Amino acid sequence: MTIETKAFGKIEIDETQRLRFPRGLLGFEKFKEFALLKADREPFFHLQSLDMAEISFILIDPFLFRPDYELDVSDAELEAIKVKNQEDVLVFAIVTIPASGTTTANLMGPLVINKEAREGFQAILSDSRWQTKHDILRELAETRKASC
Amino acid sequence: MLILTRKLDERIVVQGDIEIAVLEIRGDQVKLGVQAPRDVKVYRKEIYEAIQTENRAALAATTSALPEIDLGGKQG
Repeated sequence: MTIETKAFGKIEIDETQRLRFPRGLLGFEKFKEFALLKADREPFFHLQSLDMAEISFILIDPFLFRPDYELDVSDAELEAIKVKNQEDVLVFAIVTIPASGTTTANLMGPLVINKEAREGFQAILSDSRWQTKHDILRELAETRKASC
Repeated sequence: MLILTRKLDERIVVQGDIEIAVLEIRGDQVKLGVQAPRDVKVYRKEIYEAIQTENRAALAATTSALPEIDLGGKQG
């Protein structure tokens, strides 16, 4: 199907790129249909709303710069997106690129996706280690130093 | 907003299956207990709002500004 995207204009996508968020995202509860697209630059992705072209989020795998990341998500929440196997679960953090300042990732409200059922939700983590603005480049550097 | 005054150990019932109890009162802090079915999510409001705010801020990002992330030499 043809869709309108913020990053790429009009593009073709297939069903396997579609994701459904039954509860939308926080503050965007009415936006339930999305497409997961690879960004021009690795390792980023775009979560593009199929309802409104302007609604598109940049995503990154948080484990890339925080290998110690832990999500305390209940079985009930995973069942709501039909998870049957742990290996089907993908986790992404939404990235904020400010007009000035460093690029950050939201680890307090990660996106949890069941790639098999193609459904997801935005989790809310109460562990105080995870904030809404993690400096990606700085934490990546710190991870590297720690593993030397 | 429905406003109710409760004393220590008193409770409020919401919708028949959600219960909120006043467990402890110490100075200006109130400890509340919430009993709800497993599919009902309960959060501190400021956390909920922080994520909403960050979601909105994230929409302002322009893809032309994607930073370079050097993952070279990453061990699997």
